[in-house]
Amino acid sequence: MSGPLIEVRGASFRYGEHVVFRSLGLEVYSGEVLTILGPNGCGKSTLLRCIGGALALDQGSVLLGDVDLAALDARARARKIAFLFQDHTPSFPFAVLDVVSMGRTPYLSTFGAPSRQDSRMAEEALEQVGLRHLKSRPYTELSGGERQLVLLARTLVQQPAVILLDEPTAHLDFKNQVRSLERIGALAGQGVTMIMTSHDPNHAFLFPGRAALMQPGGAITVGPAAQVVTDASLSGAYGIGVSVLSHPRRDGRGEFKFCTPWYN
Amino acid sequence: MSKPRTIALMIVLPLATLYVSLFIGRFAVSPGEVARILWAQFFPLAHDWPNSAETIVLQIRLPRAVLAMFVGAGLAVSGAAYQGMFRNPLVSTDILGVTAASGFGAALALLLSRNAVELQLIAFAFGLLGVALTYLLARVYRTTPVLMLVLSGIVVAAFFSALLSGAKYVADPESKLPAITYWLLGSLNGASVDSLKMALPPIIVGCIGLLFLRWMINVLTMGDEEARSLGVRTEWLKGGIIVFTTLITAAAVSVCGIVGWVGLVIPHIGRMLVGPDHRALLPATLSIGATFLLCIDDVARTATASEIPLGILTALIGAPFFAALLRKTRGAWQ
Repeated sequence: MSGPLIEVRGASFRYGEHVVFRSLGLEVYSGEVLTILGPNGCGKSTLLRCIGGALALDQGSVLLGDVDLAALDARARARKIAFLFQDHTPSFPFAVLDVVSMGRTPYLSTFGAPSRQDSRMAEEALEQVGLRHLKSRPYTELSGGERQLVLLARTLVQQPAVILLDEPTAHLDFKNQVRSLERIGALAGQGVTMIMTSHDPNHAFLFPGRAALMQPGGAITVGPAAQVVTDASLSGAYGIGVSVLSHPRRDGRGEFKFCTPWYN
Repeated sequence: MSKPRTIALMIVLPLATLYVSLFIGRFAVSPGEVARILWAQFFPLAHDWPNSAETIVLQIRLPRAVLAMFVGAGLAVSGAAYQGMFRNPLVSTDILGVTAASGFGAALALLLSRNAVELQLIAFAFGLLGVALTYLLARVYRTTPVLMLVLSGIVVAAFFSALLSGAKYVADPESKLPAITYWLLGSLNGASVDSLKMALPPIIVGCIGLLFLRWMINVLTMGDEEARSLGVRTEWLKGGIIVFTTLITAAAVSVCGIVGWVGLVIPHIGRMLVGPDHRALLPATLSIGATFLLCIDDVARTATASEIPLGILTALIGAPFFAALLRKTRGAWQ
């Protein structure tokens, strides 16, 4: 296997006195979906923001290939890394296509605007997430699930090396969670590298790639999902009883894993 | 409305209003005479109109109308840019304290019996000073969060408003207090070729600057963090928007006093006509703002025997107009 696409080395970050993580190391390989799990407040979103450059590490570095991301300006970084934020507050009712075109911004000059070529790329990205028919609609009128996919399309037209997804299913209902995860799975199938934080350990079993489990205090275990996501590790991290179970797939091709907490 | 028709309307409307503005007024000049006077400036034409008509049209009405258009266009486009940057449709051009600071500068100049040119310069300088103070006050950890900008703007505006009240308090109630009061109500009757020369360059620079940033303002409405993740250097962008907007507003206030409502209402009308995309919205607000303020000024100088202050009319006409729009669209205009 070739070297990692992204390498986090000796990373430390703290908010004032509160140490979020210390000397953290993490490698992400091209074409995988790395799912970062962990209880609320363990610092997985903070870690993702540090990788994306939204927050600056106190110590350590994030390398993309052999480039230190801290050395890149916002424009250059936005061509390498795209971010799907957990909380997006819609402002003005822009047309869906215009919102997706915003992903082309890192390729424009400060005084420029997207070209026809850029709009075409935006339309193709909308096609990829299955929402081309909505391109002229105000994006403020879309459902939460559709809006999330529009923003996912926006990350695609950035043509990044890696897409960071911060709790992409956080505000979605059951069906829209599944739809979003299916789209993410389809992108993974096309070889798009992604790092995703999730509050749901089940998500670790969905994609080709490894899982990382973060403990409060920033300790992190990385490996194949089947090894990282176990009864013992989840019970330890979340402080509740959890069982990882298997169930035959409906198409008969083996089993799929899922986990469920124990309710008292 | 189709796109080409909207564009045509946006170009024709201000020019038509300009033409009308040149022949209405207490001194009667016929539309035909206005056309011939204008034509004669560029092409040879037999001189068959009174000289007084030419003086009125070219020396008095034209500079005033041009100033009204530039001030209206500038305030409107500034308001649109700020509403985008602050992601808030209630924001107006005076949010960072430029109006209050300029107003105090002008009052100070009047108090010190400075002439019109000096007044304009002092008011302009104070406008820039006020916004600079707001910006410095809002700066935390090398960033300027929008909330800090708004709060700092309130602080700076309150400070200069207090200074203005102080200036009024010590002003001679027979001569200077009325002068300050009238000036603050806003008027274009001081318009001359000289005031054009001073006010137009900053307004034009500011407008062109904002037009250049049209797409980046779109991206900025997504919020600072998202805009940064899309490659926007948000601190530079916000600084640029503030500089351009302040050039426009300070120049406008320094030359014609405080003209409210244009920067608040016109962007909404623009969004109703062409949508929220700043690539279309900014040019549209230029056109609508120019037309609006020119119409208001025509009313201001012709409706009664003496001038009606602009600040009164923009609100008196703007408020019911805005109220009607609000009712019609039930607040869904944005």
